[in-house]
Amino acid sequence: MSPELLTDLTIFLLSVLVGFEVISKVPATLHTPLMSAANAIHGVVLVGAMVIALSAQTPLGYALALLAAVFAAMNVVGGYVVTDRMLRMFRRPAERAATVDGARESRARPQSGDASPEEAGEGRS
Amino acid sequence: MSAVDVLIRLVYLAAAGCFVIGLHLMNSPGTARHGNRVSGLGMAAAVAATLLLLIDSGTVTTTGWIVLGLGILIGAAAGLYSARSVRMTAMPQLVSLFNAVGGGAAALVGAHDFLRFGGAGGELTVAATVAVALDILIGAVAFAGSLVASGKLQGWVPSQPMLLPGRAVLNTALAAIAVAAAGLLVAGRVEVTALTVLVVASLVLGVLTVLAIGGADMPVVVSLLNACTGVAVAMAGFVIENTMLIIAGALVGASGGILTKLMADAMNRSLTAILIGGFGTGDDARGRTTGEERGIQTIEADDAAIRLAYANRVIVVPGYGLAAARAQNELHELAEVLRSGGVRVDYAIHPVAGRMPGHMNVLLAEAKVPYAQMREMGEINPEFPRADVALVIGANDVTNPAARRPGTAISGMPILDVDRAESVLVIKRSMGHGYAGIDNELYTDARTRMFLADAKSALETLTASVKTLVR
Repeated sequence: MSPELLTDLTIFLLSVLVGFEVISKVPATLHTPLMSAANAIHGVVLVGAMVIALSAQTPLGYALALLAAVFAAMNVVGGYVVTDRMLRMFRRPAERAATVDGARESRARPQSGDASPEEAGEGRS
Repeated sequence: MSAVDVLIRLVYLAAAGCFVIGLHLMNSPGTARHGNRVSGLGMAAAVAATLLLLIDSGTVTTTGWIVLGLGILIGAAAGLYSARSVRMTAMPQLVSLFNAVGGGAAALVGAHDFLRFGGAGGELTVAATVAVALDILIGAVAFAGSLVASGKLQGWVPSQPMLLPGRAVLNTALAAIAVAAAGLLVAGRVEVTALTVLVVASLVLGVLTVLAIGGADMPVVVSLLNACTGVAVAMAGFVIENTMLIIAGALVGASGGILTKLMADAMNRSLTAILIGGFGTGDDARGRTTGEERGIQTIEADDAAIRLAYANRVIVVPGYGLAAARAQNELHELAEVLRSGGVRVDYAIHPVAGRMPGHMNVLLAEAKVPYAQMREMGEINPEFPRADVALVIGANDVTNPAARRPGTAISGMPILDVDRAESVLVIKRSMGHGYAGIDNELYTDARTRMFLADAKSALETLTASVKTLVR
């Protein structure tokens, strides 16, 4: 077993443990956005798709590289945009009203008893 | 190691740090969006560094550049368009689709590396070939499985579990074939044939496994496949010796794993039982019956409106049916009309309401329901006895008091204490069962009235009636 492989295995194991720790604290409300965010992060395979273009030389190689690039780029771009769209829902009502995001967004409805997302979030975690 | 190499490695390290910090910021609704941006920044830096790597290496052919540029352009455009245009109710299947292509990309990276450098006399070490085999196996299963899951959520694939005769034997055989092909790959025998067999067996395995699982379990499956893709990406990192891919993939694998367990626990389902499949359709559409049987009491829109309008306190319990009928805007309108008439309205959100944990919060937030009105189960349960009306819309098993008794299919599942409210109003499309397939004792309770209609039209009718009462 080469030293590089041992280093990689160490990194893998520690990353898994970090993943457990970071994730287990997230409130249920954010689980769907979290899944989407994690989904966007594994779009980092785009880097892998770019790296295989380094060595592609045959038609089959080019075909695989093309497909990998399309897939990975779709994963990464779509993943971040859709996560951002989801998380935009969790802003303060005042902030939301201030942004013009389609006709419906601008129809602000002032309501009593609204708490900011931070305040509301604290009591529940 | 040249200066450029060092720079690239440092950027990769920073990107990995951004991913961890980004996920950490997802802990609270207030910082979550910022977290996603930190993670996106890391991603942009990683891609830029890789671009530098490609330019610096100088081995990319002109065709290679065109292929790469074209591929990224097409993929990015497709991702951007679908992410921008999707309705929030259809978001789970889009996430599943993105997960599918991610898994596919990971498998392709492994396959390409093996075809280029692997085989007898190739440059790949045995460890790298093992990683290739795992990458392709897991990536292809995630790809095919996520596509089927996406189709089921979208309704293109029937949500009922599709049970082939002898599927346990078939799946075991497929898994054995895949493992055997992977073994041949590692041993360096008949590489291309083994690779093809491995890909095909993994794809079929992914399709068959998910086909056999009912629609209501799809969220758990999507989450599990998300974790699988993470692991496949980490394996791709081992193959191309890129530590950032290993870190990011392992992070996602761990997060998906935890999330899957949390979701399965909240539904009181064991992961093994879900994967064996054949249980649960998730849709209440079948078995439409009239209200006469089983001793339920139905109610008309006007009576229901009176109960709501003259209540002091209403707790709304939204569920899968509300999401399926895309009626969250109508619900919010009804709640606003009630509030304008002085009724206090809260939303009780079960951890697995909607199609994914937290999905209901997103849907309600999209309909502009203030975050403060969405109350989590532990917080709202003690308040049900003080509510005049509990308005249940398209939720079934999460309200079934049978869960408190041992010996039923849902025993031990955390439920909302809807039956402790003064009276209960249930809007439901039909008298069909929830995914657990058992009768809901709440519906036959003496204080419960059933309003059998589609959630959207029912809420519109109710709002119109309430408006005539609230002046």
